[in-house]
Amino acid sequence: MVNEVGDYLIVPTETAKRIITKALSPENDKELYADLISNFFISDKPIPNLIDVLATRYRTKKSFLDHFTALHIFVITLRCDHSCQYCQVSRVNKDQIRFDMSKEHLDLGIQMMMRSPNPHVTMEFQGGECLLAFPMMKYAVEKSEVLAQNLNKKITFVFCTNLSPLNEEILSFCKEHDVLISTSLDGPEHVHNFNRRKDGNNSYEVTIKGINRCREILGSDKVSALMTTSPYSLKYPVEIIEEYYNQGFRNIFLRAISPYGYASKNQLKDRFEVEEFLKFYKTAFERILKYNLDGEYFVEDYAKIILKKILTPFPVNFVDLNSPAGVINNVVVFNYDGKVYASDESRMLAEMGDTTFQLGDLNKNSYEEIFYGDKAIEIAQNWSLESLAGCSECAFQAYCGADPVRYHATQGDMYGYRPSSAHCIKNMEIIRYLFELMDNDSEIEEMFRRWAAN
Amino acid sequence: MIAKLKRCSEGGRLINMKLHTKGIAANIAETIVGRVTRDSENCENSSVFIIGNNEYGGQNNKAHLIQGNNVRRDITSPYVYAVPDLSHLQGGDIISIDRKGNINTLYRVNSNFNTLLLTERCNNNCLMCSQPPKTRNDIESIFRIHKELIPLIPKDCCELGITGGEPTLSGKLFFELLRLIKFELPETEIHILTNGRAFAWKENAERLAELKHNRIMLGIPLYSDYYADHDYIVQAKNAFDQTVLGMHNLANNNQRIELRVVLNKLTIPRLLKLSKFIYKNLPFVEHIAFMGLENVGMTLRNWKEVWIDPADYLKELEEAVIFLDVFGFNISIYNLQLCLLPTSLWKFATKSISDWKNSYLPECERCLVKEHCGGFFSSNLSNQSKFIRPIDFNSE
Repeated sequence: MVNEVGDYLIVPTETAKRIITKALSPENDKELYADLISNFFISDKPIPNLIDVLATRYRTKKSFLDHFTALHIFVITLRCDHSCQYCQVSRVNKDQIRFDMSKEHLDLGIQMMMRSPNPHVTMEFQGGECLLAFPMMKYAVEKSEVLAQNLNKKITFVFCTNLSPLNEEILSFCKEHDVLISTSLDGPEHVHNFNRRKDGNNSYEVTIKGINRCREILGSDKVSALMTTSPYSLKYPVEIIEEYYNQGFRNIFLRAISPYGYASKNQLKDRFEVEEFLKFYKTAFERILKYNLDGEYFVEDYAKIILKKILTPFPVNFVDLNSPAGVINNVVVFNYDGKVYASDESRMLAEMGDTTFQLGDLNKNSYEEIFYGDKAIEIAQNWSLESLAGCSECAFQAYCGADPVRYHATQGDMYGYRPSSAHCIKNMEIIRYLFELMDNDSEIEEMFRRWAAN
Repeated sequence: MIAKLKRCSEGGRLINMKLHTKGIAANIAETIVGRVTRDSENCENSSVFIIGNNEYGGQNNKAHLIQGNNVRRDITSPYVYAVPDLSHLQGGDIISIDRKGNINTLYRVNSNFNTLLLTERCNNNCLMCSQPPKTRNDIESIFRIHKELIPLIPKDCCELGITGGEPTLSGKLFFELLRLIKFELPETEIHILTNGRAFAWKENAERLAELKHNRIMLGIPLYSDYYADHDYIVQAKNAFDQTVLGMHNLANNNQRIELRVVLNKLTIPRLLKLSKFIYKNLPFVEHIAFMGLENVGMTLRNWKEVWIDPADYLKELEEAVIFLDVFGFNISIYNLQLCLLPTSLWKFATKSISDWKNSYLPECERCLVKEHCGGFFSSNLSNQSKFIRPIDFNSE
């Protein structure tokens, strides 16, 4: 059983029924009764005396909403030197300047970012390969830094890059401005190079070299890697984990296949893919558990996010697992052409011809029109689990998140239908799996607590 | 700063500290509070001068203490004579003298464990209370003494305890006293032992916050995550809800809280659940103390109901402590001896027993870690765990 604020109890079957029929008694079921009271599942008064404590806890869990949009993604260019399998976004031709963001749009985007009520914003550069437009980024970082300082805002910069254009000038700029580097590493050489095609077929070599160079100059804590699972990757769960471990990473984010690159509204295929992914996930996860049980510290990030929701009283701000959803509330995307989207996935959909989640245009619309406009209101109808059929009554609601963009992409409407949703099946199963692991093994439970505490 | 550190590290551990003596009073109408001195050159009008039998006491002092048995008609100011022994009083100690000849030590200059007892009344009646409450209304008379005492306390006093009974029962005098302490002793850490129930009323938490004194720490006990168990242990209805709400209101007002859990037969069964409750609902507490039983007062009366040999709850204690440790809490274990604890818990064990109630057993003399061990309450050395043993080279 899970309560409103995410506390859970593992109880005998029929407990819910016994609660509803008032068959529990403090005398005959002393321990269970006490557990249910102290964990805010039942109360022996219509309004418990500690309702304010519960209210504070609910506010705390939802406090990721307090400051509004933090993450501002700037798609600085669509040019790229890679042609990755799963990417529908980038333009391979490195020389097509018309796929760069104009200075005018950049200025307008920065202005809009500074309007965010959030005292700590993140400016993230994506592409294409963002570093192909480095002079523009340099300008943007220097300008934003000054503006943020004047407004007394904290600002964090992130470059999402495949690292191939990395050079000494870029590195020293990153060092000077405390830039975080987020790169892509899909696994061992054959997996990485299969997924991430590039002239010369040496993406892996370039990436690893780049990671090490960044660690050397910027420090290990400034460099992180993300992996994307392709159908090819599914065959190599253990190899992918070991690759991350051997490259000195102590965490990995096992990301499911994105439905955007492989646009398909074919639900049977989705279903098949999610089953394949879960098999992959668990095999990889077991390898991770083994590292930990052998005394190493190695974390799977998706599990860590969910475990934080299960085991801690604090909010977890991860845009894909929030309710209300992360779109607009926590993330916004300024595309190279001046269009504004509700999330990274929203602009990928747009690249595939579907502009449903386009919130406006930097040239034409005001901050209010973009963030509080009709489009935002339309999305808001479907961004809270608390008001979606199939989610509002789900035991795992406190641990999951709403994703209207994904429902629209895979099922054709933002509201969505849970029983055939790959998103739902995946999350339900991963959450259930984590509970099962904890419940069966107290050593794993303690390990999970350590993950969640960090 | 150096002088302050020096004073804080002095003190030493004295066994069975004497805090009260009695003689025959003369010229005393109302209770007198003063600072002890043996040096006639260094007397002020706040001094209580200790003189030998035939010395002349001078008239500048507030009062005199005389060891001899003779009435001294030459002294017209207040004095107490025929006191059997005054050797426990150090120059600088602060005492009270009443018309019955009672000489109570209120403040010991060489101790780090000075406390002000605000009242012996309490709205809880804990089954294992070490100082069972009394019903007599002592609040105003005690307050009058403290009002005189506080300005006399050395300004470099490191820490001052506030205790009871339940000190918040002093009501507005409680806040007045804290205001006075903040004014007179702005550098002193103030540790208040309270059941926190008074702060279930938001106004009281706000009133405390209005003092704007961040050296105040409230030590508040919580015995279970289940209200009925806690209420039974403290023998008071609604106590759990009020205590938890009180902590919640205090935290909302940015007050600092130390949570105290007494380990006894009734608190052990849900100890890990209590840790979980603390983490989920009271994550703001600054320090958590798990405390072994002090075998005096109500504990002796309720021995069968509350006593459990610490050796029988080590697993529960370890789970509860490690649970909170993983989440980064600052944890201490009080009143439990190192020879009982698994080594995983040694780093939490603290020498916490006030010097005047602290002792060791004869076998402890052979123990290799005695220096690091908190020892026992001297009040009851006989009712201890059956598993006390000196740790020597043969120990595991």
